[in-house]
Amino acid sequence: MLDNLKIVFHQGKQFIPNVQTAVVPGIFRGRPIISREKVDEDDLIAICPTEAITGNPVAIHLGKCTFCGECAMRYPEKITFTKDYKLASNDPERLVIREGEDNPIEVNPDLVRKEIHRVLGRSLKLRQISAGGDNSCEMELNAANNVQFDMSRFGIDFVASPRHADGIVITGPITKNMARAVQICHDATPDPKIIVLVGTDAISGGMFGDSPAIDRSFLTKYPVDLYIPGNPAHPLTIVNGLLDLTRKL
Amino acid sequence: MNYISIENSQTILLCDIPESNYESFYDMNLELVKGHVERHCVNYFGYQSGNNINLICCIADDATHRIFISTCLVNKAHELESFSNKLLCFEKFEREIHENFGINFTDHPWLKPVRYAFNRDDMSQTMDNYPFYSIDSEELHEVGVGPIHAGIIEPGHFRFICNGEQILHLEIQLGYQHRGIEQLFIEKKKLLQRAILAEDIAGDTVAGHGTAFAHVWESLCGVEASADIKFARTLAQELERMAVHLSDLSGGCTDIAYQLGSSVFGRLRTPIINFLQEWCGSRLAKGLVRPGRNPFPFTPALAERLSQVLDVFEPDFNEMAEKLFKLSSALSRFEHTGKVSNADATAIGAVGMAARMTNLNRDIRTSHPYALYPELNHEPILKRHGDVYSRVQIRKEEVSQSIGYIRKLIASVPAQTSTEKLLATPAPNSFCLSLVEGWRGEICHCALTDEEGELMLYKIKDPSFHNWLVLALSVRNNEISDFPICNKSFNLSYSGHDL
Repeated sequence: MLDNLKIVFHQGKQFIPNVQTAVVPGIFRGRPIISREKVDEDDLIAICPTEAITGNPVAIHLGKCTFCGECAMRYPEKITFTKDYKLASNDPERLVIREGEDNPIEVNPDLVRKEIHRVLGRSLKLRQISAGGDNSCEMELNAANNVQFDMSRFGIDFVASPRHADGIVITGPITKNMARAVQICHDATPDPKIIVLVGTDAISGGMFGDSPAIDRSFLTKYPVDLYIPGNPAHPLTIVNGLLDLTRKL
Repeated sequence: MNYISIENSQTILLCDIPESNYESFYDMNLELVKGHVERHCVNYFGYQSGNNINLICCIADDATHRIFISTCLVNKAHELESFSNKLLCFEKFEREIHENFGINFTDHPWLKPVRYAFNRDDMSQTMDNYPFYSIDSEELHEVGVGPIHAGIIEPGHFRFICNGEQILHLEIQLGYQHRGIEQLFIEKKKLLQRAILAEDIAGDTVAGHGTAFAHVWESLCGVEASADIKFARTLAQELERMAVHLSDLSGGCTDIAYQLGSSVFGRLRTPIINFLQEWCGSRLAKGLVRPGRNPFPFTPALAERLSQVLDVFEPDFNEMAEKLFKLSSALSRFEHTGKVSNADATAIGAVGMAARMTNLNRDIRTSHPYALYPELNHEPILKRHGDVYSRVQIRKEEVSQSIGYIRKLIASVPAQTSTEKLLATPAPNSFCLSLVEGWRGEICHCALTDEEGELMLYKIKDPSFHNWLVLALSVRNNEISDFPICNKSFNLSYSGHDL
C-alpha cells in the first residue's frame, strides 16, 4: 500500500492541463505552410510519394500526405511543416493547403449535422475499427486516452460494442477482407451516428489507395463527419479534432 | 551439398543459387534442419516463372552465422511431399505456397488458407468459408471473437473450443489486414515510396522493418552504410524496443486489472517516443530510416537530451517494475499462465521473444549481427518457463538492457560522414536476404531483381508469421478469461502477418 502511494507521489501530475495550447516537443510535422517562392514545380510534385502535392498554385492535400517531410527537406524555402497539430476538419476542402495560406484548420460549423451538438456534445462513445491500419494510428488512438492526453475527461471514450457507440472511427485503407466487417459494425451502431476517419490511409488510402487488395466502396455510401490527418495522427490532433466537431469551446 | 552459403544482407546472383529437383531439395533441407536446434528456416517462398514455380528455401545457421539458400523448379500439376509432416516449422510457409500457387502438398497436416491474398490461386476460398477445426461433442462449446475486438487493436478472428471455462483448442484466422503490400513494392517505382511502404508493414516496428528494407536495398546497390547511419538505426531500434515493451507491460497490467501499473508503464512510454519525435519528427520513428542516407543526423545535443530523458525515466521505471514483480496478486496471474514448452517452441520454429521465453536462444543481434550490434556484444535474455511471467520478465529486462546499450551508444556519437549519394540501380538478376531483430523477433526481407535490376519479387516475413501458432498453443488448458493476458504478453502483429 505504502509502495503504491510512493509511486503515485513520485509520478506527480501527468495530465496535460490544456490540450488546445500544449506545445509538442522537438520537431513535428504538422500543418504545412507553402511560400510563394519560385521552385521547380514538376520536381516538387515528383518527390511526393502519394501525389499529395499539386501544382499551379502549389497545394498539399493533407488527406493524402504521409508527412514524410521529403518535400520540405528538398525545398525548405518553399515548404515548412509547422508544429500546429490541429489538422482535423469535416470539410475535405479545408484539408488542402495552398500557396501563401497560413490559416488554422477548423471544422466548418455549417457542415456539422444539427443532431451532433445536441445529442453527442457532452458525451461521445466511439467504436474503433482497424481496417488495414498498420497499428500506428491504433496506438495513437490508445495514447489519446492515456493519463497524459486523457481524452475521457471530455466525455469522449472508446467502447467495446457498436451497440453502445455513437459513431465509428476507421483507421486503415479498408481492405477487401475487412470491408464486410466495417459494414456490419456501422449497421450495428444506433442512429444518430458519426463516421470519423483517422490517418492518411483511412482518408485517401495513402500508399495503398490503388492496391487491388483494397475496397473503399463503404466510404462512397455515407457522409464522413470528420477527417483527422496524420501518419499516424498525433493524439493532440485526435483530441482537438473530436472536440472541435462535437462542441464549440 | 547443393546450396549456397551467404551471410546476412549479402547479394548474390540468382544463377549462383544451386538448383536441384524437388526430391533432393527436400532431402537436403530436411537434413539441414532436422536435429539441429541452431538452424531454422527463415524464409521459404515461391514465385512464378513461366508455367512453373520456383521455390527458394533459406535456412539460417546461428552457430556459423551463415544462411543456406537453395532452389528448385516445380509444376502446379505435380503433388509434392510436404516438409511440414516431418518438421512442423515449415507449416505456414507451405500453406502460403499452396494458397498463392495452388501447389498441393500430399501429406501436409493442415493445408488451410493463410491470409486470403487478393492474387491467391483459388478465389473460391473466401474469408467467410474458412475451414475451422471443430469437435463434435455435447459437452463442448465454441466461442468466436473478432475480427473486431473490444479494444483499439487490429482485426483477426479467434475461434475457441472450450469445455466450460477451459480452452481445449484455439484457432486463429487472419487475413483481414491484407493490403497487398508485397505487390506494391514491385509497382511503386520510387525508392521513397518503397521506404515508406517498409515502414507501413507494421506501425509498431517502423525502425525494424525500415532497417531490413534499407539493408536489402543498400546491398543490392553495392553500398555500405556509413558509421553514423548504422548508429542511427541501432539506436532507433533499441528505442523502439523500449517503447513497445513499456506499452505491453502497461497492457499486461490492464489485463490483470492493476490500474497503477497500467497507468505508470503507459505514461513512461511517452518520454521515449517523444524523444523519437524530437529526433525525427515522428513519435513512431517514421521517416528516420532511409536507404543510403541519414535524413536526421544524431547530434551531440540530442545525445545530451536523451541522456537527461533516461536519467529521469530510469528511477521511475525501476520503482514501478520492482513493485509489479513483488506484487503477489500480479505474480499469481502471470506464473504458469499461457505456457509453451521448449520442445513445442522449437518444433513450431518460434522466433524472438517467443523463443527466448523457453530458453531457445534465437536473436539475430547475436546470431547474424548487423549495424552496431557486433560492437555491443549483445547477450540475449533467456527465460525457461515459457509462461506469461517469462514474457513479462523478458520485457522488463530488455528495457533495462536497451537503456544500457543506448547509454553506451550515445557516449560516443559518430560524426556525420554520410553525404547523400544517389544510389545506383540495384544489381540485375540478383538475390538478397536481410535479417533484423525487431522487438518481436526475427524480421526477414528477401528481394529478387530482373535483368534490368528492377524489383521482380519482394518477400516480407514478420516474426508474427511464426509466432501466432505459439499463442494458439499457449492458451490450451487455460481459462478463457486468461486469454487477454496471454495475447497481450505476445502482442503479435496482424498487419505484419497479413501484409
